[in-house]
Amino acid sequence: MADITSSVAVPAPTRRRIRWSLIGDHAILIAGSLFMLLPLLVLLQTASTPDLETMKNGPGLYFGDQLDDNFRKAMFEASGFSGANTGLSMLKNSLILGLGFAFGKIVIGMMAAYAIVYFRLRFATLAFWLIFTTLLLPLEVRILPSYEITQKLGLLNTYTGLIVPLIASATATFFFRQFFRSVPEELVEAARIDGAGPVKFFIDILVPLSQTMIAAMFIIMFVYGWNQYLWPTMITTEEDMYTLVRGIKQIVQVLEGNEIPQYGRANVLAIISVIPPVAVVIFFQSWFVKGLTESDK
Amino acid sequence: MKRAGFDSRWLPILLLVPQLTIIAVFFYWPAVYALKSSFFLQDPFGFGQTFVGLENYTSLFDSSEYLKVANFTVLFTVLVTFFSLALALLLAVKADNVLRGAKTYRTLLMWVYAVAPPVAGFMGLLLFNQRWGPLMELFGHFGWEFEMGADYSDTAFAMIMISIWKQVPVNFIFFLSGLQAIPKAVREAALIDNRSASGRFWDVTFPLLAPTGFFLLIINITYALFDTFGVIDTVVRGEPSNNPMTLVYKVYVDGFRGNDLGGSSAQSVILMVLVLALTVFQFRMVERRIHYT
Repeated sequence: MADITSSVAVPAPTRRRIRWSLIGDHAILIAGSLFMLLPLLVLLQTASTPDLETMKNGPGLYFGDQLDDNFRKAMFEASGFSGANTGLSMLKNSLILGLGFAFGKIVIGMMAAYAIVYFRLRFATLAFWLIFTTLLLPLEVRILPSYEITQKLGLLNTYTGLIVPLIASATATFFFRQFFRSVPEELVEAARIDGAGPVKFFIDILVPLSQTMIAAMFIIMFVYGWNQYLWPTMITTEEDMYTLVRGIKQIVQVLEGNEIPQYGRANVLAIISVIPPVAVVIFFQSWFVKGLTESDK
Repeated sequence: MKRAGFDSRWLPILLLVPQLTIIAVFFYWPAVYALKSSFFLQDPFGFGQTFVGLENYTSLFDSSEYLKVANFTVLFTVLVTFFSLALALLLAVKADNVLRGAKTYRTLLMWVYAVAPPVAGFMGLLLFNQRWGPLMELFGHFGWEFEMGADYSDTAFAMIMISIWKQVPVNFIFFLSGLQAIPKAVREAALIDNRSASGRFWDVTFPLLAPTGFFLLIINITYALFDTFGVIDTVVRGEPSNNPMTLVYKVYVDGFRGNDLGGSSAQSVILMVLVLALTVFQFRMVERRIHYT
């Protein structure tokens, strides 16, 4: 009893200390935010100033007026030999990769998860293990044989070759399996009593129920697909197939080769490659966080 | 499977066919192919191959270069994992404390999740630019002549910094959601029991976050081993020469540049075994957590 009264009585003298610790908390958070933002600010600053100035003085503390000029160069002028890899064409390819990958992964994953969770299947255990072993080995470890096989199939420099091998892992399937298992069983029973078949149940009940999950998965997968680097670097050798992220490799080489490195233009391209995935993550923050943190259960 | 399922013979098979076909062609075939090629020596001009047994493996472990890369990979993984976890935990605890501006901080601390590793590497090239890079100049003030791309340990430092920067947001998101899942009653009880904030953190919050932390540990090790490829490739500008690199990067360099399919495949298989061991370890620990707590 005595303990409780004494601890209730404390707030008055500690109030000052709490305020100070709050200021400390904000200071750390502001420092952390600046740490994350600094590279982007340097990128923005050099993208908006003439290249000669950047080369002479480095990034300054002001915002220049060359952004639209650099943007035009980055978007519509090609940096390669064939003249095909303008920012616009790379943006198109990045969108195809990001959207195609997210779409393919979710459709295939939902189908497989539905089969595993809702059907009596003779080879269920075998199928389950075959599918979930793929979670263990990332593409990077089997990159060379994957390349050889894709080449044998004649898929170099095609969208199929770019997207489909990346889909060969079961992250989405696993995610939807977990979710389907949490859906109340009474729903299936009710649907069966009402005479709904498996296809009707899937389309009319399960898909609408999974909307939030689908949205969350879509965001994560879009960002993942958009940001792919190693696979696109190996599989696309023709410049009109480059994605923005893959194009970074070439941007770096352009910086090396020129008398006056084209920082402005290169940095605008880097910014363009960052905006879509970052915007998606920021605008759909709550869905994205939910999808990400729930994938570990 | 659910107790109340559907009884259809062909539909589930039809539903599984796309997934199974894709993983058969682009997962199992390459994996087996890597395993097979690791026992063969490729003719450099493409005229067939000879069976050499374990020679590709033994020559790897005899190569001082491979061991150097392996050592660097271990150091790199430990540093990146430790610092990105520690920094993220600190920021998450603070972000969980404050009320005002909480949402803004959250956004500012997590947007980097969506930046591709090579783009992060590209930003690093700017910050450490040899002529005018702001960080290079900053280090210069302290008498440190920073030479990225020329000096081995400076390049390693830059790679590690960039990789940490890129990984903090993921850890932050998980830690913050872990913190927010701690019941209010537990927090209030801790507040009564333990007056000092740091005491409360180590006695109550930290143990409750341990499962999240363990899960993140595995995620971070995998990240440092595999996903940092883009960072490394950009920082060394595709010219590994004397620069530090990780095991995955070496698989790529030897296989794709050096045309040494056998050696590269042997390295792939070693990495596969490593990842498998890591996953088994993870499952074991998760099981233990469920049984004993």
